[in-house]
Amino acid sequence: MSAANLLSIRHVGKHFGGLHVLQDVSFEVPAGSIYGLIGPNGAGKTTVFNLITGLLTPSAGSIDFQGASLIGQQAHQITHRGIARTFQNIRIFKEMDLLENVMVGMHEHLNYGPLALLLNSGACRAAEKRARERALELLSWVGLDHKADMLADNLSYGDQRKLEFARALATEPKLLLLDEPVAGMNPSEKTILMEEINNIRNRGYGVFMIEHDMRFVMGLCDRIAVLNFGRIIAEGTPDEVRNNPEVIEAYLGKEDAA
Amino acid sequence: MLEQQLLNALTLGSVYALFALGFTLVFGVLAVINLAHGAVFMVGSYAALAMVSHLNAPLWVAMLGAMLGSGIVGLLVDVLILKPLRARNAPHLAPMIATIGVGIMLTSSAQGLFGAEVLRFPEDILPAGEFLVGDVHVRALEIAIVAIAFLLMAVLFVTLKRTQLGRALRAIAESPKAAYLLGINVEGLFHVTSFVTAALGGIAGVLIGLNFNAITPQMGQPMLHKGIAVIILGGMGDIRGALIGGLFLGFAEVISKAYLSSQMGDAVAFGLLFLILLVRPSGLFGRKLERKA
Repeated sequence: MSAANLLSIRHVGKHFGGLHVLQDVSFEVPAGSIYGLIGPNGAGKTTVFNLITGLLTPSAGSIDFQGASLIGQQAHQITHRGIARTFQNIRIFKEMDLLENVMVGMHEHLNYGPLALLLNSGACRAAEKRARERALELLSWVGLDHKADMLADNLSYGDQRKLEFARALATEPKLLLLDEPVAGMNPSEKTILMEEINNIRNRGYGVFMIEHDMRFVMGLCDRIAVLNFGRIIAEGTPDEVRNNPEVIEAYLGKEDAA
Repeated sequence: MLEQQLLNALTLGSVYALFALGFTLVFGVLAVINLAHGAVFMVGSYAALAMVSHLNAPLWVAMLGAMLGSGIVGLLVDVLILKPLRARNAPHLAPMIATIGVGIMLTSSAQGLFGAEVLRFPEDILPAGEFLVGDVHVRALEIAIVAIAFLLMAVLFVTLKRTQLGRALRAIAESPKAAYLLGINVEGLFHVTSFVTAALGGIAGVLIGLNFNAITPQMGQPMLHKGIAVIILGGMGDIRGALIGGLFLGFAEVISKAYLSSQMGDAVAFGLLFLILLVRPSGLFGRKLERKA
């Protein structure tokens, strides 16, 4: 096992009844890089994320994170191991302000019980204060610190995405999974987000994204895997993938024609 | 006369609010309308009575015991009944129907254990003081009831608003899935919520039992109806709404009994609730709740 790989997916299969959604899927996400998973609609991309984050259990194969298996772990335990994700359809907490949204993500590190609250409120207050400062720092990374007190419901679409990033980073992950981060964004929002994701990688986080937007994926990812009908049909650098005839036929060809 | 009634209304309304707060919190966090909440209220008052009359416990110990006892009942309901239903992705009505069953089981168990007749706390255990403020008779008991109800509600408000536990619970109320993936042990907090809300329901039972000094196996049923009315009036899942709605119902009930009809006080109070819902169909603080899986 290579120590440089954060995440290793080997021979993973998933079926729902007789429907085979994923078959013999294998790839490795290296540390400190941006990795992309692309493929036509219904290829099984989000299923891959759900398997990694413990919302689903694979029917076959293994998923290792930093050399240890994730299979059988519950979602919150996997988060504690260092994997965070954002959603295709945004799931921020609309009735909380931005600061609170990010602080929810710090749960594992801020998990004093109600008893501790009663017995040692000084330590709790200190922990709250540290968490607050860290949350503000994370908000500043995505340029939202000046809106910390605003209700999340009032954010623009692009800002809601950024808030989701900051909240995911609050779990102190080593690997950040992004499910279609630029879905529904306009070109200028996309460009800004591209920079944000690059910045996140440069701070040492691994990034693994599902994305439809080819320009976005090709411009940002170090390596890309292509999923079609539940199988990996190509894997490599953006240039390798772009020139792979099978990929062009299955996916890019259709894109170009569109 | 009016001042006297206002004091009665405040006493009753504060307990209604306390009861409804637990009810609405279960709905907000677990997305379950817990129709056993009335029976848990009844369990609390019997637990306190049993500790006072069989163990000679002082009243404050009996209150803590009642909270613990009813809290454990709430926890068991979650672990034994609601959790298996969650694991099977049961549709929304299933847990609600199951809690009706729990309520009936608890009510008939109480009847079997304690009999159907009205039981009372021994007079000597009640706080005896009574004094005049202006021309209002104020019982020390009423002061204690209002103080305990508001203290517990204040602790709950601060916990929900200012602590990580509260943020996590509010996060679950908006999206359990997102909360789960942010590292929150959602199942664990379901258990915590079930325990705490049942404990609040149980202490509300003790307070009402003390206020009227009458405990029966059926006492949870009218309370359940009032609780439902209060949380619908306040806006489902909204804790401010439960507070305001509880106080409102207490005042509506007491004032209409005093000035309109002693027999039809409840009818007037509930009629008023209906009128408010006509104007604000999703309750005083109701938003359109959209909850994602």
